[in-house]
This record gives sequence, C-alpha cells and structure tokens, in this order.
Amino acid sequence: MKSEQQYIDFYDEAGAQIRGRSCDVMNDARDRAIGVFRDKGFPTRKVERYKYTDVAACFEPEYGIALGPLDVADSPYVTTIGRGGVTATRHYATVADMDDPLTALNTALAHDGVLIHVPRGVRVETPIQVDNWLRGDVPTMMNRRMLIVLEQSAEATIIIHDHADDGQRFLSTQVIEVVVMDNSSLDMYEVEETNKSCSRFSNVYVRMGRDCRVKHNSITLNNGLTRNLCDVYLQGENSEVTLNGCAIGDGEQHIDNNTLIDHQVPNCVSDELYKYVLDDMSVGAFAGRVLVRKDAQKTSSRETNSNLCASPEARMYTQPMLEIYADDVKCAHGSTVGVMDETALFYMRQRGVPEALARMLLKNAFMGQVIDQIRYQPLRDKLFVKVEKRFRGELEKCGVCGLCK
Amino acid sequence: MLEIRNLHATVAGKEILKGIDLTINDGEIHAIMGTNGAGKSTLSNVIVGNPTYEVTEGAITFNGQDLLAMSTEERAHAGIFMSFQTPVEIPGVSMTNFMRAAVNARRAARGEEPLKSTEFLKIMREKRKLVEIDQKLMNRSVNEGFSGGEKKRNEIFQMAMLEPSFCILDETDSGLDVDALRIVAEGFNKLRKEDTSAMVITHYQRLLDYIKPDVVHVLIDGKIVKTDGPELAVRIENEGFDWIKAELDNEK
Amino acid sequence: MAGQNEFVRKVAEKKYEFGFTTDVQTEIIDKGLNEDVIRVISAKKGEPDWLLQFRLEAYRHWLTMKQPAWGHLTLPEIDYQAISYYADPTKKTTDDGKKEIDPELIKTFDKLGIPLEERLALSGMAVDAVMDSVSVKTTFKEKLAEKNIIFCSISEAVREYPDLVRQYLGSVVPYRDNYFAALNSAVFSDGSFVYIPKETRCPMELSTYFRINARETGQFERTLIVCDEGSYVSYLEGCTAPMRDENQLHAAIVEIVVMDNAEVKYSTVQNWYPGDENGKGGVLNLVTKRGHLRGVNSKLSWTQVETGSAITWKYPSCILSGDNSQAEFYSVAVTNNHQVADTGTKMIHLGKNTRSTIISKGISAGKSENSYRGLVKVGSKADGARNYSSCDSLLLGSECGAHTFPYMDVHNNTATIEHEATTSKINEEQLMYCNQRGISTEEAVGLIVNGYAKEVINKLPMEFAVEAQKLLSVSLEGTVG
Repeated sequence: MKSEQQYIDFYDEAGAQIRGRSCDVMNDARDRAIGVFRDKGFPTRKVERYKYTDVAACFEPEYGIALGPLDVADSPYVTTIGRGGVTATRHYATVADMDDPLTALNTALAHDGVLIHVPRGVRVETPIQVDNWLRGDVPTMMNRRMLIVLEQSAEATIIIHDHADDGQRFLSTQVIEVVVMDNSSLDMYEVEETNKSCSRFSNVYVRMGRDCRVKHNSITLNNGLTRNLCDVYLQGENSEVTLNGCAIGDGEQHIDNNTLIDHQVPNCVSDELYKYVLDDMSVGAFAGRVLVRKDAQKTSSRETNSNLCASPEARMYTQPMLEIYADDVKCAHGSTVGVMDETALFYMRQRGVPEALARMLLKNAFMGQVIDQIRYQPLRDKLFVKVEKRFRGELEKCGVCGLCK
Repeated sequence: MLEIRNLHATVAGKEILKGIDLTINDGEIHAIMGTNGAGKSTLSNVIVGNPTYEVTEGAITFNGQDLLAMSTEERAHAGIFMSFQTPVEIPGVSMTNFMRAAVNARRAARGEEPLKSTEFLKIMREKRKLVEIDQKLMNRSVNEGFSGGEKKRNEIFQMAMLEPSFCILDETDSGLDVDALRIVAEGFNKLRKEDTSAMVITHYQRLLDYIKPDVVHVLIDGKIVKTDGPELAVRIENEGFDWIKAELDNEK
Repeated sequence: MAGQNEFVRKVAEKKYEFGFTTDVQTEIIDKGLNEDVIRVISAKKGEPDWLLQFRLEAYRHWLTMKQPAWGHLTLPEIDYQAISYYADPTKKTTDDGKKEIDPELIKTFDKLGIPLEERLALSGMAVDAVMDSVSVKTTFKEKLAEKNIIFCSISEAVREYPDLVRQYLGSVVPYRDNYFAALNSAVFSDGSFVYIPKETRCPMELSTYFRINARETGQFERTLIVCDEGSYVSYLEGCTAPMRDENQLHAAIVEIVVMDNAEVKYSTVQNWYPGDENGKGGVLNLVTKRGHLRGVNSKLSWTQVETGSAITWKYPSCILSGDNSQAEFYSVAVTNNHQVADTGTKMIHLGKNTRSTIISKGISAGKSENSYRGLVKVGSKADGARNYSSCDSLLLGSECGAHTFPYMDVHNNTATIEHEATTSKINEEQLMYCNQRGISTEEAVGLIVNGYAKEVINKLPMEFAVEAQKLLSVSLEGTVG
C-alpha cells in the first residue's frame, strides 16, 4: 500500500481544503469514494480489467496535486460542475462505477470539473471543444472530471484534446460521465497528443436511453503511458453505439484500452473497431468485453481489433470477449495481430516507391480505417495529416494545437 | 538493354530457373511462352527483384548496371516496369497518393524536384485519357474493388505515368475479354517509344496479334529451349508444346 | 413455436444412458487426505521411493495453494477430507487366494461398449480399461510389444519401466502448475502409459476408458504419452460415471511429449455424469492436459467432444518449442440443464515457424453456461509463428449463456495471429426448411447441430465419430429455444 498511502495522507491533510474549493454535489460523493480507495487500493495486475497496466507503479512517484481553479469560460452549453446547479446534482456520480478504485480516487480528489449540458431539443452545430493543457513547474498530478448531459432529442459533437508542456512529468486521472437521453445523438472524440513523460488514466462511462446514437473515438497520437477505460450501458431500445480507437506507439509508449459494451435491453446495435500500430519497444493492450444480458434479444454486435507490430520488440495483448445470455442475437468479434502486407509492399516498390515510404503509406492506410469514421470533417482532415506526420516522425509533440483552429 | 546470363533462381529452396540466357536489345519485343510452372513468372519476378525469389547463380545487367545489386525500387527508377498478373489490392491507399509517391520518388532518384500538385494532377488527367480509365477509379484505393479488366487497365495507366524503358507484361491477357485486351494492348502500343523494350509473357497468340514480338522464346522446366521469330508463336497456338518436347527428347 | 417448450422439457428429461452402478467387491481406503494416505496409496501400488517423495512434495505444495476462483464458473466447496482417494474394484480373490478379474467388471465394460476380450474388440483398437483407481485390463499388449510399443497402466509402467516414467513424469505438467495438478500429483491412481519408440507407426488406435463406479471417491488418473522421433500414435479417451446425487471429483493430468518429426493425435469423448435436470450431482471435471512439442516438425492435435460433467474446467494445451511444429485444437462442448463448461486451449509458440489452429464450437441449452477460454502466446523468438482461431457459439434457449474469452499475447512482430468468433441462435430458416420437408423439429435440430459440429467430429477416428454424433443427439435432442 506504499503507493496508495501518499494519496490517503494527502486526502487526510488537504481534504478540508478540497472541500472548501468544491461544491456540495462533489463533496457528497467524496467520503464514500475515499473509503473505497482506502479499502481497495490500486488494482493489481491480478484484477482482470487491469492485467496489462501496473497502476501502482505509475502512482508511486511524487507529484504535486493540482488544486487550482478551473479555467472554464461559461458558454451556452459549457460551465463547471460547481456552477452546474440541478443538472450537476441530478447526474453527478450516477453513471460511473463508483467501486472502481481509480474512479474513487478521482472522485475523492477532484475539486471541480467541466459540465456540458445540452438541453432538450437543442442541436449544437459547432463542435464543443475542451482542451486539457498539462502544465506545471513541478511534476504534477491532475484529477479531471467531466459530466456531459444530453437531454432528449439533443445533438452535439464534443472534442477533448490533451496537450502537455515539455520537460515535466504529468500524471492525470480523468472520469467522464456521459448521460445521453432518449433520441439524442453524441459524437465524442478524445485526442491525446502529450509526450513520453505523461501518464494518463481515463475512465469514461456512458449511459444511453432509447433511440440514441453515440460515437466515441479515442485517438492516442502521442503519449507516455495511457490506460483508457470506456464503459457503455445501453439502457433504452433501438440505440446504437460505435466505439473506435486508434493508437500509435513507439519508443517505450504503453497504450491500454479497456472497454465494456453492456447490452441491457433488446434491439440495440454496437460496433467497435480499435487499431494499433506499434513500433520500437512499445506495448499495446486491448480488452473489449461485449455483454449481452438475458433480455437483450435482437442485439447485433460487432467487435474488431487489428494490430500491426512493426518492430521485433513491440508487444501486443488483445482480448476480445463476448459474454452472451440471450439467444436471439448476432454477435461477432475478430482480432488480428500481424505484419505488413508483403505483397502490397513489393507492388509499391516495383512502382519505384522507396520501401520506407511504402511502409509509411501502408501504416497510414491501416489507421485510415479508424480516422475515416470521424464524422466531423475538419477534425478528420486534420487527423489524417497528423497521423501521417506522426508516422513520418515529424510530430514529436503537439506544439501549437492545430486541431482546434 | 537487358542481358541475362546463366540465371538460376529458387523459391523456398526449390530450383525453378535452371540457367537462363537472354538478351533483349533496345526497342525489341520478346515473347516468353511456356507451360504452367515452367518458370515464366519466376523470371519476371527475379528481374524486378521480388524478395520471395532467390538468385543462386548468374547475372543480369540492365543498360550496363548490375541489376541484382539493386533494390526493387532502384530497378524501377532505372526504368523497369512490371504489369502484374494479379495486381494486389491496397486498401486505404488512394490511387492518386500512390502515384504521386511513385512519380516523385522516381524524380528524386534522377535529381529532379517533386512535381507541383497541379502539374501532377494535369499529367494524371492526360494519361488517364490515353488509356481510357475512369476518373472514379482514381479516387479509390489502389486496385480495391476493381474488376479484372480495370485492374489490368490500371497497370497500363501506371506504365503511362512512369514512362519505363523496359516493360514486363506478365500474362496481361489472362482474365480479359477481347475488347479489354484490345484496349490494354493498344494503350501499350501508344505508350511505347521507339527504344522501349518489352518482355511479354503469355500463353496465347491472341495478345501477340496486337503486340507484335520480334523474338519468341519457349521456356520449359526453367530453361529456354527454343528461340525463333513470330511464326513460332503461331505454331504453338495451333499445335501446343508437345512437338517441342518431342524435339528435345530426340536430341537427347 | 409452440412445440419448443415441450421439446426442451423432453430433452431435460432425457436420461443419462450410462448412469448405472456395478455391484462389485471394492477395496476402498478411508476417506481423508494426509501424508499417511499418500503413503498407503504408494505402498498399495508397490512404488519406488522416488515416486513416493514426488507425491509427498506435491502434497506439501498443494497445502500452500488455494482452490482457483477464476473462470466463468463457481466451484462448489469441495471437502477434500470427505473423499476416498483409492478404490480398487479388482480385489476379488478366488477360494485358493489367487486374484482374478470379477466377471461383473467385464460385463460393465461390455455394457459401456468396451469389450475387454480381444476376440470381441473393435477392429484396430487396443484398450486400457480403468475403473476408479485401478486399471482392470489392457488389451493387445503383446501384439503392440512386437513393435516395442509400450501400452499399459501407469502403475505397471512404474514397475516395469521406472526409468522412462521417471524421465517424463511431471516434465510437461509440473506439480506446481496449478491447484488440481498438485492434488493429482499427490494422489494419482491409474491411467495409461504409452511409449512409441523411434520411427514407429503405432498399428492400432490406443484407447483408455475411464469409469467412476464407487461412491464418494475421486478419480485422479494420470496419463503419460511419449512419442519418439519419427513416430505416430492416435490415442482415444472415453469416460462415464454412474448417476449419484453428490458431486464426484475428477482431477486428471495428461502429459504428452512429442519428439522430432513425430505426431500424436489425442481424442476425447467426455461423457461423465452431468447431474440431473435440477443441477444435482454430476462429475466435477477439473483436468490439466498439456502436450510439449519438443521436436522439430512435430505435430499434436487435441480433439475433444465434451458432453458430460456438471462442471468442466479444462484447457488442453500445446507448448510449441520445436521449430516448424504444428498444433491443433478441435473442440465441441455441449452444455444442457445446469451444466457449466469453461474450456479451451493454450497455444504457446516458442519455436520458429510454428503453426497452431483452434476450432471451437460451443452449444448451450437449458440453463447452462458455456465458455471458451483460450490463450495464444507468441514468444519473442517464435519468428514466423501463425495462429488461426475460430470460436463459434450456438444458443438453444433463452436461459443459457455462451461466452468467449480469448487472450492473445504477441511478442514477435513476424507473427500472424487471427481470431474470429460468432454467436448466434439456431437458424430459423434452416429449421423451417427441414420442417417443410417433413423433418420434425427435434430431428432437424439434431441434423443442424451435427452439421455445425462436423468440422470437429470429422477429426475423430471413425469409431469415436459415430459415438460422438450419437452423444450430440442425446445431449441436445429438442433443445430449441
């Protein structure tokens, strides 16, 4: 419990200060959360959902814990949880798995968060963008919290982009709770473009009503160690969820995506596609569980994870899981780990394309399948360029954010 | 242009080419005919440098250069082009991007600046018209979802873009109907310059009606066993290869 | 479909065909497990001291372990002190004090379709028949001996070929491997031993038939197969048990060693008593099976048809050390009523250009839970390794579960790994088509399921394939949901 102790000590010392800077709804969940964390500590690799990432080791170094005010300019749909009034009170801590130790730690330490609230019937035309800048004079830990609520028949596109300053170590925990009410539609893109001294633990929880459509796309362009969890609870009929992800690893990067799609009701569709390209000593992990509960008849689910290992030292762990308790379903999953298509490579070289460029084009094309899924065109175009640059080795870090403009 | 001396090559440890000697001069068209498994495709793959094939003995020079010491792309830059028997599909790589990469790599190898985008697209447009290939195909991924005929026509289009001095047509006629065959062959003839040489691999006289060979070689069991003028192809079309095998047996 | 509930009911009522008991004089040692019990077992078998020490070490290690809690199943509390670890039904003595096989035993195996008299034997098959803790008889031993093939009970092998046994026992599945492997290593009773010498093609199928008979005993069989360079053997295993209200524990170990250019085919038709329609009783089938492909170009194929047992927990595995070695796993697992199966395989690729294929077909009916769990691991030196896995599940009824938990760990960038899985219910159109042609729903399901499982059944040797097809029909008739 060495790793855990410093956070417990911090809470014991600074709890009052956190409370003072926070709001009732967040404070109400805090005591139980720290209790859960005290009991469970960090999950070990023996815990099935955490078997590919050594959590405790990441939390062991000392970090200053950021408690500064949240820089959110109020706009029609964006505010802080603290100023979020009844929407925050009604939904905060209702979607997340409060027994997950990392969610518990985040709940205990986060003093404020971003609230995106789209009222009933509103279609937000321009994407809402949230930029997370990791900055600090000392190694810093951030505990980020978000609550996204789309009321009935609402529509929005949300882009969440992580950047980091160079030359400093950062550790972030993130919990995003998403409530998508009946007949709503949400496109949500998370782009991580940090650097090798950043560790990220993100837990996203999505609850969907009936006739909803949610598209979540998680893009890890550059990072240090990343562990993304995304759980989707389908609670209303005729809804559709798409989970996409792509990850590019080189150096000693570590990218671990862990997803759950929980079909609780009949007639829903889920579609999942994650792709990895791993070079050097990088490690990739994907574990995707599709759960079809007893009454979730007529479920249709497809899950695919494809991976390219481009160097002898790269490692990939993949685990596509189906757990099915209803008989009238169509579920399929597939997973591949492989090498580049040698025939295609040869064909390109015969046309005079140098081998290195041919490989780059093929990697790009491989990722293109995920980027193609992005429905917001300016982002899609930017990401195509960024992915290509990343493979060319030109995108060492985010630099000035080009995505947002 | 091309000189092959005592070429031996293996695939997965099995010897396929057992001593090939062949000289192709500037502007000549040579047809290679032979039974299945005789080594025709192996020969063309060795010339372009497919890493699956291993050369165990012999030499190939191309315009005085030691071809076997060059990488596949260097050979391409030197002017060698192969029209593949079954062109591979490359999902996710658009024809336009692919061609741009190929054209500019070749220019770079010759110390030329890359083409400006507008110039490049203009050339694409011209060549496309020349080989009568649909613009729609250019927006797709390389060969993906192309019909057999479209794939072959796309090979000729790429030849137009890359302006090679030596072309290998590896069973370009397989899987083509007569009209498609004519368009592809006419495309090739239009593109061909006076000093362009070619090696045409085929089972049938049909293609040779359109692309007239200067010399016809018969390849059996990894060796060139007979070389003659265009009339040899006609006789093979009519009588098959048995008479040549019989001749060989008599010699023994 | 109105007929379906009726249909499901009928299946649930289907009686287990092999549920009878044999009344035979059986020597059973007292219940309980401690070092003395292990000494008694070892003494009864007249074992050398090294084997006793092996057992004791395993036992001491077992004491430090916990019963595993992973897997998509809940093991009932097993009271290891309430089981007798040795039951010998062969101890009938004649008036003049000589031992002989009780004719009841012969009759029992006859009834199970396993004739022990060679003149009645199925053509081309030699059998080692094991009841409870002891091998009853091994047929065709002499004929096989002509080719220097050793096929006998493991107890006999310990006596006759101690060096061979000592060399290989525990070399593939060490007693530290897992909880049940440690338990088995401490108390194992009988099982078969096979040794195929170099450059020998075994002329007949070798088969072991396991039967649990005695009450409140466990069966802890141990099988060891060594196939030397350039040799071939096909081995079959069958198992049944009487109907009992309490769970019976079956914790076996199978070890296979395959040398250069050798090939082993291992087939199982597992039909232990599955418990009644309310989930009462049934065999707990907790088995460790593993093959080590030590040699270059070696081949091992596991084929299993799993229809019995209350709980099945087994993952026949392959360690592909030899370059160019090839492994296969073909499985059909059927669960009905309250049965639970958590089964699959592990393919550990260590050598270069190693290949493995996994084909798994799960069929769930009633209130059962059926899981495929598999690991494909490619080590950093396994250049050019390839795996293809395909895991399909068929659900018959709305109260059962079908799950797929594949794990793939790839540490080599020249490896190609493919996994695909589907889950669906029985195709209504096919059913309708059969009905229209006058085939009853019951029969149609049998046909369709057999078609679905055919890819695996076809891998079984002929005699077993027929048996397996019958079993599938028996286990599944009328389970449409």
